[in-house]
Amino acid sequence: MRRLLLIAVPYLWLLALFLVPFIIVLKISLSDIALAIPPYTPTLDFAAGWAGIKAFFAGLDFENFIWLTEDDLYWKAYLSSLTIALISTVLTLMIGYPIAYGMARAPGEWRPTLMMLIILPFWTSFLIRVYSWMGILSQEGFLNQFLLWTGIINEPLIILNTKIAVYIGIVYTYLPFMILPIYAALDRLDESLIEAAEDLGCSRLSAFWLITVPLSKNGIAAGCFLVFIPALGEFVIPSLLGGSGTLMIGKVLWEEFFSNRDWPVASAVAIVLLLLLVIPIVLFQRNQQKQAEAEQ
Amino acid sequence: MIRFQNVTKRFGTFTAIDNLSLDIFEREFFALLGPSGCGKTTMMRMLGGFESPTEGRIELSGKDIVGVPPNKRAVNMMFQSYALFPHLSVWDNIAFGLRRDGRPKADVEARVAEMLKLTRLEKFARRKPHQISGGQRQRVALARSLAKAPKLLLLDEPLGALDKKLRQDTQFELMDIQEKTGTTFVIVTHDQEEAMTVASRVAVMDEGKLIQVATPDRIYESPENVYVADFIGDVNIIEGRATPEAGGEDDTYRIDWAEGETPLQATSATRFDPGQTCYLAIRPEKVTISAERPEGALNAVQGKVLDIAYLGNISTYHVELTSGTVIKAQTANTRRISRRSFTWEDPVWLSWTVTGGVLLAG
Amino acid sequence: MNRLSWFNTVSLTLGFAFLYIPMLILVIYSFNASKLVTVWAGFSTRWYGELLHNEAFLDAAWVTLKVAVFSSSIATVLGTMAAYVLVRGNRFLGRTLFSGMIYAPLVMPEVITGLSLLLLFIGIGLDRGVLTIVLAHTTFSMCYVSVVVSSRLVTFDRSLEEAALDLGCSPAQAFRLVTLPIIAPAVISGWLLAFTLSLDDLVIASFTAGPSSTTLPIKIFSAVRLGVSPEINALSTVMIAIVAVGVIAASLVSKRSLVRQQKDEQEAARAQ
Repeated sequence: MRRLLLIAVPYLWLLALFLVPFIIVLKISLSDIALAIPPYTPTLDFAAGWAGIKAFFAGLDFENFIWLTEDDLYWKAYLSSLTIALISTVLTLMIGYPIAYGMARAPGEWRPTLMMLIILPFWTSFLIRVYSWMGILSQEGFLNQFLLWTGIINEPLIILNTKIAVYIGIVYTYLPFMILPIYAALDRLDESLIEAAEDLGCSRLSAFWLITVPLSKNGIAAGCFLVFIPALGEFVIPSLLGGSGTLMIGKVLWEEFFSNRDWPVASAVAIVLLLLLVIPIVLFQRNQQKQAEAEQ
Repeated sequence: MIRFQNVTKRFGTFTAIDNLSLDIFEREFFALLGPSGCGKTTMMRMLGGFESPTEGRIELSGKDIVGVPPNKRAVNMMFQSYALFPHLSVWDNIAFGLRRDGRPKADVEARVAEMLKLTRLEKFARRKPHQISGGQRQRVALARSLAKAPKLLLLDEPLGALDKKLRQDTQFELMDIQEKTGTTFVIVTHDQEEAMTVASRVAVMDEGKLIQVATPDRIYESPENVYVADFIGDVNIIEGRATPEAGGEDDTYRIDWAEGETPLQATSATRFDPGQTCYLAIRPEKVTISAERPEGALNAVQGKVLDIAYLGNISTYHVELTSGTVIKAQTANTRRISRRSFTWEDPVWLSWTVTGGVLLAG
Repeated sequence: MNRLSWFNTVSLTLGFAFLYIPMLILVIYSFNASKLVTVWAGFSTRWYGELLHNEAFLDAAWVTLKVAVFSSSIATVLGTMAAYVLVRGNRFLGRTLFSGMIYAPLVMPEVITGLSLLLLFIGIGLDRGVLTIVLAHTTFSMCYVSVVVSSRLVTFDRSLEEAALDLGCSPAQAFRLVTLPIIAPAVISGWLLAFTLSLDDLVIASFTAGPSSTTLPIKIFSAVRLGVSPEINALSTVMIAIVAVGVIAASLVSKRSLVRQQKDEQEAARAQ
C-alpha cells in the first residue's frame, strides 16, 4: 500500500504536468487558429460522444507544419539555431578544454577551490550573467572603450545585436557545463599513461593527441551535448544579445505565442524543435550508457 | 532448532538453492562453507528474512517462518560490510534494535553497557563508526546484532575485511562469545580455515547443494568425495581401479593406478566392486619422504624432487614419480634449513600407511 | 603534484578572467554615481537606495521567494520519492515511461515546457498566478532533485537498510531513521538546486505567471530589454553577493567536515 503511494504520487504528478501538457501541445499543433477562447479549433467535446471524438479527429491536420515549410522564416530560424548552437559548442569546447586541462594538472590542494570557482557562476542568475555582457558589448561599452583606448581600433565595433554577441553569450553561460565533464575525465586519467607514452618515444604534443584526448573523449562528448542541447532552444541569450537580426527558434516560438497569439503555429514550432532535439538526445543517452558500461 | 525442508530458491532461471534439507541444532556454531556463488549467502538471507524460498519450508523452533518479515524474526544478522549506521555513535548503534522494541530506558542502557563490556568497547561508546578501526567496527557490529539476544545469530563473512593476524584473534573471540551467550551462530564463509577453526559443524556447499555436513575433523579426515577433499586443505588425488584384496581383511583394497607401478593399498569402509574407478586422497602431511625405501611399508613409490616450497614451519616437496604424476609431501622443519636432507633432483621414496589415504568413489 | 606549466597558467588565468570580469564590471558599476552606466562618475550607493524604494521590484522579489520556497520544498519531496522508486523499486507497470518522464524535462527546452504547461492551465481553466508558477517549477525541478538524490542512492549500501529491518524497524522506520539521515546531504543539495532553479527561471515563469504574480526575473528581463540600467546593476550585485556568500559558506562547511573526517580516520587507523 505504502509502496503504491510512493510510486503513484510522483508518477501521477509527472503524468498530469508533463505528459498531458505535451499531448495538448501535440494536439493544438494539429488544430487551426480561431478567433475564440481558446483561440483554436477543433475543441474536444466529450458531451457529443463518439461523434464528437470523430469530428475532433477529422478537424486535425498537418496544416501548421505545411505552413512551417512554406514560410522562409521558420526554415531560416531552424537552420540558424542549428548553426549557432553548433558553432558555439565548438567555441565552448576550444575555450573549455584548456581550462579543464589546466585544472586537472593544477596542484591537488588548489583543485577544490578551482572547482568551486567554476561552479559558482552556475549558481548565479543566468539572466544576470547574460545581462552583464550587454554593458560590455554595446557600442559605447567597456570592450570598445578598452580597444579604442589601446588604439587597436579607431571606430567602435558593432558586436551587440549580432550573432557574435550570441556566441559570446552562449560560450560564457554554458562554459561550466563543458568544463566539468571534461575535468572529471581528465582528473581520472592516470599520469603514468602520459609518462609511458613519452617513454615509448612520444613527444609531449603527440602524447596529448594520442593519449589524453582519446581518453577524455567521453567527457568531451558529454560536455558538447550539455552545451548543444540547451543552446538549440535558447531564448534569453538571442533576445538580449542577438537583437532583431538573429533568428533562433526559441525566440520565434516566444514571439509566435506572445506577439502573434498564434497558438497552433507556436505548438507546431515546438514539435519540430523537439524533433530536432531527438537525435542529439538519443546520441547523448547512448554516450552516457556506454560510459556507464565502461565503468563497470 | 532450524530446519530447512526441501528448500529451493530460484532467481529467474538461475537455481541458487536446489531442493536442500538441513537441520541446525541449538547452541551450535554452524558454518556454511563454499566458493562464491554456491548459495551459502542465499541460505543466510532466507534465514534473515531478506529472501523467501521458491519452494519448501524453513522452520525456526518448530514454526514455519517463511513470509515473516525480517523485523518480526528473533534472528539477527551481522553483515559482511558491518552496515554500521554512520550517523549514529557506537552506543546508539548498539541501542538501535533495543529501542525499536520500546524497552524502558534503563533496560536499554544496562543491555548496551553489557554488550560494550562483552566486546571490550567501553572506551569507544561515544565514537562514530568512522572514528574507530576495522577490528573495532567488527566488534560493534557483533555487539549490535547480539544486543537483542536473538535465538539465532547470522554472520555473513564476518571477518572478511580484517587482515590475517586480526582475523585469527577475532576467531577465538567469536567462539568465546558464542560460548558465553549460548546463542546459535550460523556463519557464512569461503575461508575453509576459518570454518574449521570456529565451527562445531561445517556444511560444505556447491552449486546450491550440500556436499557434506560434518564436524571439522571428519570433513578433513574422512571427506565423502573428491570435491570436499580437494576443497578443504591440500590433497594428493590418485585415480585408479579398486580390487578387494584377496586374503587380506575385508575392507582392504588393491589400487592399480599406473602402468609399471606397484599397486597401492588402502582400507575403506565403503564397498567397491572389483575394477571400479576410485580416487585415493592422501593429505601431504601423511606422506613420509625418505632416501631409502622404508622397510615394511605397503605403499611406497619412487621419484625425484621437483620443487620445494619452504613455508617456515613446514616444507612441501613436490616429487615427480617415474610415471609423471606429481605427489606433494610435507615435513615439519624441525632442523635448520641448511641441514635439510633433500634438495632438487634428489631421488627419494614416498610412503604412507594403509589408513593414511581415503578411498573415494568420486 | 607538479607545478603548473606556463601554458596551464595562462589558460587558467584567461579562463577565470573571462568568467569573472563581466560580473566584476557589473558589481563595480553598480556603485557608479552616474545614470550612464558606462561612464564612471564617482562612488555612490544611490542605486541601492532607489532599489529599496522600488515597490515593483520588492513585490516581485517577494513573489519569487515564495514560489522558490514552495516549489523547491514540494519538488524535494516528490523528487526524493521518485529517486527512491527509480533506484530501489522493482519493476512495475510503466517504469520506462516513469524514468523517461524524469529525464525528459532535463533536456526539454524551457520554451516548450512553459508553452505546454500554459496550454494545460488554460485547458483546465486554472487562473494563472503564484499557484501555477509553483506547479510549473515543481514539475521541472523535481526531476533535477531526483537525479541528484538517485546518484546518492545508487552508492548507498543497501545492507544498512537491511540491518535496520533486521534490528526490528518497519520499512518506514528504516527509511526515517537510517536512509534519510544518511542521504540528507544529497536531499539538501537537491533542495538548493531546485531553489536556485526556481529563483533563476525566466522562461517558464513568463508562460505560467499571471498579471498579478510577476517574478523578479520577469521584471528584470522586461527592464533590461530596454537597455542597461544602474538599478539593475545594483540588484544583480545583491543577488551575486547572496549566492557567493552562500556557496562559499557551504563549501567551507563541507571542506571542514571533510578535513575533520580525514583526521578522525587517521586517528582511528593509528589507534588500531
